[in-house]
Amino acid sequence: MDQIPAVLVDGIFYAAWLFVAAVGMTLIYGVMKIVNLTHGSFYALGAYAAASLTGAWLAKGYPPMLSYAVLLGSAVLVSVIVAPLIERGILRFMYTKDEVVILLITYALFLILEDTIKLIWGVDPYFIAEPYGLLGSFDVGDLSYPTYNLILVGIAIASGVGLTLMLRGTRIGKLLLTVIHDPEVSRAMGINVDRFYLVTFTFGSMLAAIGGAFTAPTVSVVPGLGVEIIVLSFAVVVIGGLGSLPGAALGAVIVGLVRSATIHYAPEVELFVIYFVMALVLAFRPRGLFSLAEPRKI
Amino acid sequence: MSRDRTLPILGAVLLAVVLAGPLLPQWALFLVTIAIAKGLVALGLMLLLRAGLVSFGQALYYCIGAYTAGSVGKFFHVGDMLMQMLAGAAAAALVAFILGFLLARYRGIFFGLLSLALSMILYGLLAKNEALGSTDGFNVLPSTVLGIRPTEAWVRYVVVAVGCGVALLATALVYRYLKTPLGQLAPAIKDNEIRVEYMGTSVRNAIHVLYVIAAALSGIGGALAATTVGHIDPDMAYWTTSGEFIFITILAGTGSVVAPFLGAAIFGIIHTVAFDLSPNTWQMSLGTVLLLVIVFLPDGLWSLFTRRKAA
Repeated sequence: MDQIPAVLVDGIFYAAWLFVAAVGMTLIYGVMKIVNLTHGSFYALGAYAAASLTGAWLAKGYPPMLSYAVLLGSAVLVSVIVAPLIERGILRFMYTKDEVVILLITYALFLILEDTIKLIWGVDPYFIAEPYGLLGSFDVGDLSYPTYNLILVGIAIASGVGLTLMLRGTRIGKLLLTVIHDPEVSRAMGINVDRFYLVTFTFGSMLAAIGGAFTAPTVSVVPGLGVEIIVLSFAVVVIGGLGSLPGAALGAVIVGLVRSATIHYAPEVELFVIYFVMALVLAFRPRGLFSLAEPRKI
Repeated sequence: MSRDRTLPILGAVLLAVVLAGPLLPQWALFLVTIAIAKGLVALGLMLLLRAGLVSFGQALYYCIGAYTAGSVGKFFHVGDMLMQMLAGAAAAALVAFILGFLLARYRGIFFGLLSLALSMILYGLLAKNEALGSTDGFNVLPSTVLGIRPTEAWVRYVVVAVGCGVALLATALVYRYLKTPLGQLAPAIKDNEIRVEYMGTSVRNAIHVLYVIAAALSGIGGALAATTVGHIDPDMAYWTTSGEFIFITILAGTGSVVAPFLGAAIFGIIHTVAFDLSPNTWQMSLGTVLLLVIVFLPDGLWSLFTRRKAA
């Protein structure tokens, strides 16, 4: 029983990480109806860019406190370069195809990006542990946690709240909701749907890259980093409902808590349990816990 | 359509492989067997694809087949290859029969995601199971065929020969199945499901049957791969393995029962050549080929043959 605080704290940290990694996937699906496998590649790209740029920053002896800005900046930089290239260069010609075919196209792009990363950064691991230890630690009960973990919680809350406010409160958000509801009519009404797609894809990918960048200091950055993120993100967004923001948050919290609980109480079922929850949700509410009724089109 | 020559052609190709077998180097025999194993899985996926369903978790049955084959050898000392394949197919078909009640209700992206989740469940279970070797998996015992244990030099060849025979048999059965009314329903389901229901047929049952057949084929493929490689691990159930199978199926197209084997052979060749030339960019070659095929040959490589004949 005395493990409960630890389970909760671990669960929250894990949930925050999952949310940042997965929210872009739900955003892209919600707007563009693309199940995007390149999401994992952007996560890996973010991690690699952050590892090499932050590594260079620290090696030059610049102030280490600013390395957090470098982490963020490198994720933004790499996604702003690569995402438009993919969306404008390839994906935009595919929007008329079936959902499943687009999924396969992103699978092909994922394979290509995996090796592009190896070509650019090589296959040796990168380590940038310094930002992780820099902020010290804080105590919960008699357990000590690195303060760094709070950054991801902050990013998760900021991106979740920011996106929700943007969708609900701004003109752009309302236009975006229109595009989501019916791209064709939106186009007829003079909304630049193509630009919305471009921005959504870039921004969604950027969130994945940010997730990767802020994970980089806590792990060794090696090839294959993005492979697991893809299925984990699937689990998160499917549990909440593909395309739903509060759904992604709920999915992240559920998966986060379930995983940390199993790690503490029954480590042998850790991996299994996440996908078991995903299958259960799909079995009983295929469109996820937060699903809305599909708008019917004539 | 010259469909009627399909089986003789496949038979001739496989016979040629069996006859040429003793002359081929060991690595080539290995490639051929793996291509047959993966071709069997792709054959199952092709059946589903004809009905418009893409399973992103067919590795589930591939892995069940492999682990069943390995387990009957390890725990019950059944070393016979044919028995192992039979057990693999039966186990996969049984699981698919049960899961089919659930999956037959799903279409499009949700079918893919649910099958993905199910295969990842198996991966999670196996990766943490001490008795089955956790993430390391375990070695499969050298196999016998009909009670005869082939000598070291001939093992690969025997496996290839048996694989060819099993593949031919399975393909012939699938070919027959496609000639039946139930088999011909798949493209109709893809086109317009409601219309099929109005004709008085249960779409759900048809998909359930397809799903079980596909699983049995994957189970055989998995068992064959286990015998060939001599080692099995949970990665056989990971989603990237499923991705490979989809790659082969899309590459091949749904034009013929022979296509999946052709696709698997081409996949093996691309994989080997690209890996040989540059070990860090073979995935890039695969991805590029997949992209080109989806864009320029949406019906797969097989459409190259049929297109020419139609002209």
